[in-house]
Amino acid sequence: MPDYNTMELMICTAARELEDGATVGVGTGAPCAAAMLAQKVHSPNLLIMFEAGGVAPLIPEMPISVGDSRTTFKAVMASGMCEIMETACRGMLDYTFLGGAQIDMYGNLNSTRVGDDHQKPKVRFPGSGGANDFASFCWRMMVMTPQDSKRFVEKVSYCTSPGWLQGGDSRAKSGLPLEAGPYKIITNMAVMDFEEKSKRMRVIALNPGYSIKDVQDNCGFELLKADKIVENHPPTAEELHILRDVIDPYRYVIGR
Amino acid sequence: MEGIKQLKEVQTVDVIEQGVGEVFTDPDADKARAFFRTKSRKMEDKVMSVKEAVEKYIHDGDYLTIGGFGANRVPIAVCHEILRQGRKNLGFSGHTSTHDFQILCAGEVFDRCDVAYIVGLEARGLSPNARKYMETGKVKVTEWSNYAMSVRYKAAAAGVSFYPARNLMGTDTVKYSAGKIIECPFTKTKYVALPALYSDVAAIHVHEADKYGNCRVRGITVSDFDVARSTKRLIVTCERLISTDEIRRDPSHTVIPFWCVDAVCEVPYGSYPGNMLGEYFSDEEHLKEWMKVEKDPEAFKAFLDKNIYSCKNHFEYIAKNGGMEKMQLLRQKEMMFVGARK
Repeated sequence: MPDYNTMELMICTAARELEDGATVGVGTGAPCAAAMLAQKVHSPNLLIMFEAGGVAPLIPEMPISVGDSRTTFKAVMASGMCEIMETACRGMLDYTFLGGAQIDMYGNLNSTRVGDDHQKPKVRFPGSGGANDFASFCWRMMVMTPQDSKRFVEKVSYCTSPGWLQGGDSRAKSGLPLEAGPYKIITNMAVMDFEEKSKRMRVIALNPGYSIKDVQDNCGFELLKADKIVENHPPTAEELHILRDVIDPYRYVIGR
Repeated sequence: MEGIKQLKEVQTVDVIEQGVGEVFTDPDADKARAFFRTKSRKMEDKVMSVKEAVEKYIHDGDYLTIGGFGANRVPIAVCHEILRQGRKNLGFSGHTSTHDFQILCAGEVFDRCDVAYIVGLEARGLSPNARKYMETGKVKVTEWSNYAMSVRYKAAAAGVSFYPARNLMGTDTVKYSAGKIIECPFTKTKYVALPALYSDVAAIHVHEADKYGNCRVRGITVSDFDVARSTKRLIVTCERLISTDEIRRDPSHTVIPFWCVDAVCEVPYGSYPGNMLGEYFSDEEHLKEWMKVEKDPEAFKAFLDKNIYSCKNHFEYIAKNGGMEKMQLLRQKEMMFVGARK
C-alpha cells in the first residue's frame, strides 16, 4: 500500500466522485486539485468552471486565484460571474466543492464570522464569495475538510451557504432550486452523505485506519450511520503519481 | 386597455421576508435615469493622470466599486491614489475584492461596505489588517454573495430597480442582506429581490482604451460589463492607449463604450502587483510581503509610506519593487500561461 497523507487521501476520494462528462464549479486549492486529478485519471471530459468566468480550461498548474490566467489557459471561453452563475442556476452545473470554518449536521456552512455582533464580529472571515451561489444552484455540493469537533458543530454560528437548512423539507420550502443540495462530505477519517428524509449527515464509508468511534469523537453532533459502512479505497499509485508529479509538484496543496 | 385584463383590485407584490441590512445606494431607476440624462455623450478626449482623475471624480462620501477580480486586472494606481489623496467615508462594493480591499483598508477610506468577498486573498490567506479593520465596528456591513452583487450591477445597468435571483434564501446571508423575498406572479416560485446598485464612481483596469474611453479587455470580464454601465462616473486605467481607428477597425472587441467613461489614464503595469492576462503574472513575493508586514503596525506604517504615500505615481511604486527587471520576470511567467513560450 503506498504511503499518503490525509490531504492526498481526501483529494483522491473527491476526484472519484466526478464522473466523465459532468460539470464542476471549483475554487482554489484542494477542490481544484480534485477536479484536475479526475480529469487526468478517469474523466477526460470533466468540464471545470471558475466563478470569475473561466470555462473548461486545461489547467497547466494550480491557480492561486479563481480568476488568474491559469483559469483560462486553453479554455473554451473566458466569460464572467453572471455567465457562470446563470449556467448554474439554469441547472447545468452538477458539482461544486465548498469549505468553511464550520459545518453542521445539515451541511450548512459558515465562512462569514464568529461572534454574535454582525457589525463588530469577534472574527471576520471573507464571507460568501461565490459559495452561497454555488451551494444554492449546483445539483450536488461537496465538502472536503478535516474531521474536527470544532469544525463539525451542532449549529453554525452563521449560515453563509445553504446546506439542507433545518433538514426535512426546509430547503425546498425556502425557495432555493429543488433537489439541489449537499451530497457528500469527505474528511480525513470518513465519507458522509445525507439521510434522505431527515437530511442529517450520515457516515457511509471509513478511511483505512479509522473507526466509527474516531469519527463520532471528532464531531460536535450525533452522526447517523448507514446500515452498511464500507471501507474507503486508499489512493492508488497512479492517482498519487499524477497528484504529486503533475498537478501539484510544489506541494502547495498536498503539502498542507 | 383592450386585450389586457384589468384586475379588480390593484395587486402589490407581497414581501414574504426581508433582510436587516441597509441599502447604501438608492436603487430608484427614475432617479438614475435623471442622472444619466445629464451624462455627457460627447466623444471627447478624456485622457488625464490618475491624480487628476481621482481629484475630479472620487469625492469623500462617494460609493465606490472597483472592477476586476481582487488581484487580477485591478486598477491599483487608482486605489493607491485614493489613499494618497486621503479620501474618507466612502461606501465600498466588497465584490470579489482582495488586494484592492487590503489597500483601501490600509487607508481606512470607507465606513460602509456591501460584502460578498472581503478580507481574504484567496489561496494566499487572510489580510491581518483588513480583518482587524472589519472587526473594529467602524464599518457598517450589509451581506451579499458575489453573484448577488453581479445581479445588483446588472439590474442597474438595465435601468431597473431590482432583479430577482434564486440564491441567498434560507441563510443568514439573506438575513443580513437588504434583499426582500417575493413570490413570482406567474409561477408562485420564491425569489430574492436584489436592489439595483448604481455606484457613484467605479474604477476599472483594461488592456487597451482609446482617448475617448472605448475599452478592450482580454480574458474574463468578471462583472465589469455591468459595473461600467451601472456606475454614474467611471475611471478607466489601461495598459496602453490605442487609436480610435484601431477600435473602429474591429468593434467586436469593445467591451466598454466611451459614453460610460469619464477619465482615461494610461498606466502600464496598472494591475501590478496583481495579474494581467497576457501581460504579466502577479508578484506573489510582494503580496506575501504585504501580508507579513501587516502583522506589525509600525513596520506596516513604514511599508505604506514607502510604497504608497511617498510615491508620486505607479511608476515610482514599481521602481521601488524591482522596476523593469521585475516586470520582465513577471511577463515571462505570464507567457507560460498564454502559451506564447514553450
